[in-house]
Amino acid sequence: MPYLLRKGVLFVVTLWAAITLNFILPRLMPGSPEDAALGKLASAGVPITNAERHAVEIQLGVPHTNVFTQYWDYLKNIVQFKFGHSYSFPSETVAHTIGKALPWTLVLVGATTVFAFVVGTLLGVFAGWRRGKAADTTVTLGATFFAAFPPFWLGLLLLYFLAYKNGWFPIKGGYAEGATPNWSPSFLADAFKHSVLPALTLAVTTLSGWVFGMRNNMINTLGEDYVTFAEANGLRTRTVALLYAARNALLPNVTAFGLSLGAVVGGSVLVEGVFSYPGLGNLLYIAVTNHDFPLMQALFLVITVSMLVAIFVVDLLYARLDPRVRRA
Amino acid sequence: MVLLDARGVNVVYEPARGQRIWSVRDVDIALEQGEFVGLVGESGSGKTTLGFALTRMLRPPARLEGGEIHFDGVDISSLDGEQLRAQRRNGFALVLQSGMNALNPVRTVERHFGDIMRAHARPGEDGSRAQIRRRGAELLASVQLDADVLSRFAHELSGGMRQRVSIALVLSLDPRLIIFDEPTTALDVIVQRAVMQTIKDLQREKGFTALLISHDLGVVLDATDRVMVMYAGRIVEDQPSADLLRGPHHPYTEGLLSSYADPRADEVELGGIPGVPPDLSLAPAGCSFAPRCPLVEPICHEVDPPLTPLGAGSAACHVRASEVVAHAR
Amino acid sequence: MTIITAVPPPEAPGALADVPIRPSRVPGPLLFVGRAVRTLWSNSKARIGIVLLGVIALIAIFAPLIAPHSPTATTFTPYLNPTGQNWFGTTGNGQDVFSQMVYGARVSLLVGLAAGILATVVAVTIGLIAGYRPGVIDEVLSFVTNLTLVIPGIPLMIILAAYIQSRSIWTIVLVVAFTSWATGARVIRSQATTLRTREFVTSAVFSGERLFRIVFREILPNMTSLVAASFFSAATAAVMAEASLEFLGLGSPDTVSWGTILYAAQQQNALLTGQWLLILAPGLAIALLATSFTLINFGVDALSNPRLREK
Repeated sequence: MPYLLRKGVLFVVTLWAAITLNFILPRLMPGSPEDAALGKLASAGVPITNAERHAVEIQLGVPHTNVFTQYWDYLKNIVQFKFGHSYSFPSETVAHTIGKALPWTLVLVGATTVFAFVVGTLLGVFAGWRRGKAADTTVTLGATFFAAFPPFWLGLLLLYFLAYKNGWFPIKGGYAEGATPNWSPSFLADAFKHSVLPALTLAVTTLSGWVFGMRNNMINTLGEDYVTFAEANGLRTRTVALLYAARNALLPNVTAFGLSLGAVVGGSVLVEGVFSYPGLGNLLYIAVTNHDFPLMQALFLVITVSMLVAIFVVDLLYARLDPRVRRA
Repeated sequence: MVLLDARGVNVVYEPARGQRIWSVRDVDIALEQGEFVGLVGESGSGKTTLGFALTRMLRPPARLEGGEIHFDGVDISSLDGEQLRAQRRNGFALVLQSGMNALNPVRTVERHFGDIMRAHARPGEDGSRAQIRRRGAELLASVQLDADVLSRFAHELSGGMRQRVSIALVLSLDPRLIIFDEPTTALDVIVQRAVMQTIKDLQREKGFTALLISHDLGVVLDATDRVMVMYAGRIVEDQPSADLLRGPHHPYTEGLLSSYADPRADEVELGGIPGVPPDLSLAPAGCSFAPRCPLVEPICHEVDPPLTPLGAGSAACHVRASEVVAHAR
Repeated sequence: MTIITAVPPPEAPGALADVPIRPSRVPGPLLFVGRAVRTLWSNSKARIGIVLLGVIALIAIFAPLIAPHSPTATTFTPYLNPTGQNWFGTTGNGQDVFSQMVYGARVSLLVGLAAGILATVVAVTIGLIAGYRPGVIDEVLSFVTNLTLVIPGIPLMIILAAYIQSRSIWTIVLVVAFTSWATGARVIRSQATTLRTREFVTSAVFSGERLFRIVFREILPNMTSLVAASFFSAATAAVMAEASLEFLGLGSPDTVSWGTILYAAQQQNALLTGQWLLILAPGLAIALLATSFTLINFGVDALSNPRLREK
């Protein structure tokens, strides 16, 4: 299985590179972020024990020590999820804060991405199949227009018109203020209502990429000999469109899917910020506004690693879809 | 019995930007049942376009303009949709250029058979997986392929094998007419010979009418009963294959034959044809071959020569036609 | 032994007389640009994009003539809805929003184009080097490209901008370019790899052309539409990225751009004051600018892929 092996190795190496990049960045900064961080932590009321100081220094830079020992300690900490404390949320560890936010983002981003991918791909197939006709032009122009919407702008608009003015949807948060997350149906329903606007914003802005990609792929695929041959052999239109054209046109889109996750995650940062939705994006927003380096660092790491894992999964899926990539 | 009777076939390419090009001009073709006919011409002569026109596979910006195509008495030039699709079973079929890309990369050969059989299934016919496998294996055997090819993907097969699979797939339609468009052009010479032999054997065995389109006169003369020569969208000569080799009538055909060299001869003269093929966006005045013809006369620039009986078949040449008349006197 | 003598064909008797070919008087590059613009113009989507971009560019260039007031002067009553004097109303600091919108065009356009050009230059350089020279260099460059691709752009930009303390427009341009070169590099690399093995390159190599000449005279001209498409994609991304960074408060405090208007609106609770125009206008402007780049890109796509051309 050289393909899978290759992708596995790539995954591991890229993972290592991302982790290392995360280590290097704060150390490249002018000034000493670790002092700034310690200062802020102290003023936020976090006790600066030796362990605490050590944790911050490992993350952000230890003065006068060998960089390789730091690196080793850094790696050890990562594996144990020891990210220290953040000064935006001084009462809990960074790991804990992130842990609370992670599921919200996973659900929002995960569900939205899958939805946008499926709908976008179908629209792309439709537009490509009926290329040049009214249906195609409508879909293409519509997608172009929506693609240009900055995600946070669409979010603000929806927030204003559907939440503030008309009260159809809640104004902020992932759930009603004061409620504690639990698995009860009423909470879940409430959470769902809170997620509609952010999800809609994300979905609309990421949909267009799929539509275009798929439409272009369809147009190229429709010119292939095997589509002509299938038509010449009298296969039904639906069979040709779906099993011969779309099925092949899909492949480049799947490859692109993994890479586009970066854009979705990026978009979610902005959207969550606008809606104060309690996910990772919102945390990053808070971290940036507060110059909260420990939190920023840890978030960056978590986000990047999640992306790499997702891409790896997509690579595995691709092998399932394209037999040319599997070797006997 | 005439199986395919096409008259006055014209095909025009109309791109949104640019000029109209008439790639097939006023062509008449009649194919008898069981005949093996060849259609020869250089690139751009319109032969592939004609093949596509006859099987109703033209796509925009190409268009069939005027003319009638009768298949077994049915006018297929006006059929569409379901009716046209139905004609492809036990009707006319098309094998594409060298099958290199004719197979869906993500489906196995077995699934290809299944798709075709299901698309044309009639009530009462067994469409089970086992039946598909059985029929598939049978058809593969008829093109000298092993049954285990059924589970392969296109990229796991060589060019020659892919072409044979294409032929087998087409045979599953039980066609009465098969048009082969350059079936061996992209294959190397040895494989070419083998595949052509298979095609010849199949045609003899099953008795379907075959139209072999190619630029390779040698291949065509070897396999076919009758040959039509095409130039600038028109049929310029139509002879039994054996007669064409011995004595062509149209100057273009002569030129084609003189472009071949016998590898065993001691000395060889390569003739060739001077000039270039005409611009098909311009309406022809007179014979399209006139600018390059060694026998050209004034009338050739004015009147387009019709196909007149010459030898055992026909040819479109003023000069040769008048020679016959002169002889007859 | 077979002797082949090619008998020269007799002069074609019916052939037309030779038509002399006159060389064109217009210089090469100009002809090329002219032809490119004309082809783009013929694509209906690209035409809309060109017009849109032109309008925005004109607004940016003639901003001092169009804007009735200074964008930064805090002379007006704050939180006003549209009035005769302030067509779009005022910000929480008493600034005229309409003038801000007009001057804002300059920044958004400038950053979009500058970051786009920078990203494209980097992408072309890396892509060409990686594509043309297989081996270690290619492996390393490809790896770096893939790494940059994989790391999510906006979080990376945010982190970089937060770490870099200075807050100037050029920081934004650099940060944006740094995160958007990778897509173009990948595409260009794969095209360079394909072209590398084509005959015209091989013949150039054999005739002793130097590497530099081969890359710039043989390969690059065959990739112009790819480079152009890359540029327009990068510019689109840059416009959005700049707006996002400004919106998050990571932009320069002195600049007025469409993104900063949105940032101010958010900070000053335009939603509560009911000044939805402060949200609609800048966002719409950003969307239109990005759309214009994308539309032009449609034309570029059609240039390079005849199948996509309008039939």
